[in-house]
Amino acid sequence: MLEQLNEIEKSALESLQSVTDESALEVWRVSHLGRSSPLMTVFAGLGKLSKEERPVVGSGANRVKVALESALEERVKVVKEAALAKSLEEESLDVTLPGRGIHVGRLHPSTQQLRKVMSILADMGFQVYTSREVETDEINFQLLNFPPNHPARDMQDTFFVEADGRGDNPILLRTHTSPGQIHAMREYAKLNPDNPPPIRIALPGMCFRNEQITARSEIQFNQVEGLVVGENITFADLKGTLADFARRMFGQGARVRFRASYFPFTEPSAEVDVECFVCGGKGCSVCKNSGWLEILGCGMVHPVVLQNGGYDPARYSGFAWGMGPERQLMLRYKIDDIRYFWGNDLRFLEQF
Amino acid sequence: MKIPISWLRDYIDLDGLSVEDIARKLTLAGLEVDEIKYAGLPMPEYKDGEKHEFKTSGIAWDKEKLVVAEIREVKEHPNADRLTLLDLFDGKENQTVLTGAPNIFHLKGTGKLAKPIKAAYAKEGTTLYDGHAEVLQLMTLKRTKIRGVESYSMVCSEMELGISEEHEGIILLDDDAPVGMPLADYMGDAVLDISVAPNMARNANVLGVARELAALTGRELRKRVDTETGRQVDTETSRQVNKETSKHEVRSTQSVTDLVEIEITNPELNPRFVAGLIRDIEIKPSPYHIQRRLRLAGMRPISNIVDATNYAMLDIGQPLHAFDYDVLKSRAGQKNVRLITRAAKDGEKLTTLDGKERELTSANVLVCDESGSLAMAGVMGGEESEVTDKTRTILLEGAAWNPMNIRKTAQQHNLPSEASFRFSRGVHPAMAEQGVQRGLQLMAEWSGGQIAPGLVDVYPLKPKDPVVTVTTKDVKRLLGIDLTAKQIAELLTRLEFKCTVDKDSVKAETPPHRLDIGEGAVGLADVLEEVARSYGFDRIPETRMADSLPPQLGNPQHEWEERARDILVTLGLQEIVSYRLTSPERESRLIAYDDYVALANPIAPERRVMRRSLLASLLESVEKNARAESIAMFEIGPVFEPVKNDVPKEPRKLAMAMTGLRTQTAWDVKDSATFDFYDMKGRLELLLSGLRLGGVSYTPADASTSYLHPGKSADVKVNGQTVGVFGELHPLVKEKYDFEESPVVVAEFDLDALRNVKPTYGVAPVSEFPPVFEDIAIIVDESVAAERVEGLIRQTGGKTVTRIRLFDVYRDEKIGVGKKSLAYSLTYQSEKTMTDAEAAAIRTKIVKRLEHEVGAKLRS
Repeated sequence: MLEQLNEIEKSALESLQSVTDESALEVWRVSHLGRSSPLMTVFAGLGKLSKEERPVVGSGANRVKVALESALEERVKVVKEAALAKSLEEESLDVTLPGRGIHVGRLHPSTQQLRKVMSILADMGFQVYTSREVETDEINFQLLNFPPNHPARDMQDTFFVEADGRGDNPILLRTHTSPGQIHAMREYAKLNPDNPPPIRIALPGMCFRNEQITARSEIQFNQVEGLVVGENITFADLKGTLADFARRMFGQGARVRFRASYFPFTEPSAEVDVECFVCGGKGCSVCKNSGWLEILGCGMVHPVVLQNGGYDPARYSGFAWGMGPERQLMLRYKIDDIRYFWGNDLRFLEQF
Repeated sequence: MKIPISWLRDYIDLDGLSVEDIARKLTLAGLEVDEIKYAGLPMPEYKDGEKHEFKTSGIAWDKEKLVVAEIREVKEHPNADRLTLLDLFDGKENQTVLTGAPNIFHLKGTGKLAKPIKAAYAKEGTTLYDGHAEVLQLMTLKRTKIRGVESYSMVCSEMELGISEEHEGIILLDDDAPVGMPLADYMGDAVLDISVAPNMARNANVLGVARELAALTGRELRKRVDTETGRQVDTETSRQVNKETSKHEVRSTQSVTDLVEIEITNPELNPRFVAGLIRDIEIKPSPYHIQRRLRLAGMRPISNIVDATNYAMLDIGQPLHAFDYDVLKSRAGQKNVRLITRAAKDGEKLTTLDGKERELTSANVLVCDESGSLAMAGVMGGEESEVTDKTRTILLEGAAWNPMNIRKTAQQHNLPSEASFRFSRGVHPAMAEQGVQRGLQLMAEWSGGQIAPGLVDVYPLKPKDPVVTVTTKDVKRLLGIDLTAKQIAELLTRLEFKCTVDKDSVKAETPPHRLDIGEGAVGLADVLEEVARSYGFDRIPETRMADSLPPQLGNPQHEWEERARDILVTLGLQEIVSYRLTSPERESRLIAYDDYVALANPIAPERRVMRRSLLASLLESVEKNARAESIAMFEIGPVFEPVKNDVPKEPRKLAMAMTGLRTQTAWDVKDSATFDFYDMKGRLELLLSGLRLGGVSYTPADASTSYLHPGKSADVKVNGQTVGVFGELHPLVKEKYDFEESPVVVAEFDLDALRNVKPTYGVAPVSEFPPVFEDIAIIVDESVAAERVEGLIRQTGGKTVTRIRLFDVYRDEKIGVGKKSLAYSLTYQSEKTMTDAEAAAIRTKIVKRLEHEVGAKLRS
């Protein structure tokens, strides 16, 4: 009887070796562990055995059952693993096929750059101030210390609007965001005319110049201007604030220099150069081999402008600066044609 | 403005400073050097990785290979008529040099020259510019044979040496050029190209730049002419000139004051007029070193007399004008010349020396004599009295003019010139006399003329040279640095302010060569700028503001618009920014407006008005990108509504447009559905809910929106007020654009109205109990709006129906003609677990209500 059990075990295990798929495993299970399998027949015949034989054969049959079951379990694992390996192999993709796209919206690069600038300025305590794009000569020029026929007006070729009877105060498209300085100062001064409060604002917006549209010059461009007015504002503060700003904008290690310059609405005036971030100052086509990039113009608010804004220059001082987000983008991304910005070609815009 | 270094050396010792050192100092002080052009001086060599500072061009001259030489004979070339062979001595050896230079060709075959010609000689291996190339191009001299004669060296033109574009003839150096001297030592140069800001006009000359440099380096300024007395200063160079000048003066006896009278009719326009006279001049070319300097400075040498006026202007900043005195005298009938300055009469004519007859207006100022106009003051001389080859006597004018008037005149006649550039930025009247002195001196030196004694000087309007008081406190308050009064005075004295120190304050008197210093608070700012520049911007520390923070007003409008931009971007729309300037014709494709904000001076007809329709600009961009597979764009910005003779209104708008494929195609996605009305509507719903605006309704668009498809357009209302409109473009409008076939859906919102709607901030609770889902389909007449059905479901279902989603609209004959089936998926939810029976009860109520109100039938 025990011999028979050994035979059952041996032939079952042998046949298991040749089973390689899950359905054949089921067939094997039915024929070797199923109700009518030889092993189960042995279990069924246990009752007919003698008292002495019964425990011996019983435990022998149990041993074989456990052995077959664990062999089956083992085999199932192997077969499943093999099947998985096979299917994984068959399922592998061409990973070089392009991914499926979705329609994505993007902000215009100028908006992105304006936001970058303004978020740094916001960290530094500057609030956004916006004002109109069509202005009077008085606010765009005269109150900013550009008298009529001043040669500094040559620096800002102006679009004038057709209007009658306005004499020395024609309507024009603002040539810079600086008229906002006048609007803002007057608005703040109105809060407390005897003790006007301090000001710390950023003025973004579209400006216009009467120029030909070429790769290098445009009739409209954005500007962001900063204005600080207070009772303890010095030129050293201007240098510190703008150097801080420039290093956040262009990298903490960037060298910054201040050159004396001229703007009618600031004095002293300066231009700020930052070490060329394309070549690191070694000289390249972007910085025209100078190693420096001019990034902004600035200066202490001119006493005439403070006065016109309702701030007594004997008590208050301030500084202002202006810069061009499109110019910054052109330098950063090596864009050689300014016309891309308002050309609105999706092939350009989608790269930002 | 171009300033040759060699010329600066007339005024200041530059030993020990490299060209780049000089350029850096000037640049930081506000005289921005745009470019350095080398013409002989050694150029900086940057090692790899070294920082550059300036844009540079030009060449350095090899000291070994480029020398001064003398041409002793000009011989014929045996095999070429147009070439000559030069017998030349380079200081060490005799050389035979081949040349085709036309300016010594006439000496061919004349034998040994009585007076040898000095030339710039380049030996074999020299690197120079190619004098025959169209563009600047370097070449190296190589030994070669030309028409059978060996050639290994050359005599150079200015182009070859990088001095100018002159390449017709070789350089004929001055007779005193020392043979054998390296050319770089004799006349090696570098030119600083400097931008002069409007407030720096006083520095638009060599003396001005030298003065700045003296202040920045603490070196001495050597002046030829004392700025106060106008007299010669006894320096090495001017001593020689003085001797010659006095020699010339001795022979000339009659004073100019006996011959010429001047009348100024309006001192505001002409504060000063100075005139001097020089006789017996011989018109000829200026000495070579003068011609070279003029060319390097960007001016063309003409003749000794014209060059003297230009040279004096570049030298000290006073523009001069030379009249042919004999012409003036003959116009005066050989009597005394009487010059009158006055405003022109409207329509008066003058032929300027460029040969153009110009019609003048009363805004122009003229220099006249008793028989009429002679010159357009400060801008351009007249043809009749100009200097010619036959001129023998010169009346030299040095005057002061009104800057604004000159600026207007130069603009009006489109005559920008070196003179009008300076006058329009302001030349101090004190310079008039110095200019005439300097001009006469140079003319005497270069033409052999004799200067008549004296000057006619009419000076009715002396400018005030402001005295400004600066205190140490002012310097601390505005510049943020601690300086003593003595230090402040020292910094200003370097710039020729006359300073007196009294305790903590400095009284600074403006030097009489500048007009840019004001009085009072302005004067203080002007002088503080000079203190800062002279001290050095780079030495002022960088500090953080210690001032108190301002009131936090924020900018709700800007913040709100930025939020709208963010939402639109997440909805898949690309932001664009268009030109504000357009034309009525361009906009009229979409919509016609009668009135615009129109430019008086547009650059082109198609950009002559400010836009009234943001959507019109947006559609131009859609058109431009029409070949793209899918387009979804928006723009936020102002439009401009004209107000008669005043600034316009600038309402803010949002425009959106979509066309093309709804889904991005891929290699296995071929969905060809295109954007339509409901794609736009879906985005608007998300935009408005993102902006937290409730009470939104959509109604068929008002007929006034004629550019939209009448059946596929809707007004968007919030709390009953129309805030926007959207829909498919009208087929007739679409036709006017170069669009593809698929529909173009657009939207336009009035952002100011939208922004003023009070947002709603409620959030619906989220139940933790399981919901019951159920679909119902009903059949209604076509005329029943989906919105009405949904409203009824919502009303009847109450709070328990938490979500109503229309998932199908179906039309079929089986349902019936003029009928449609609407299928809704409903979500029932309450504050406890709902049973199907409870849901069914509500559903029954809903169906009954729909049957009753809109004649709906349940679809089985």
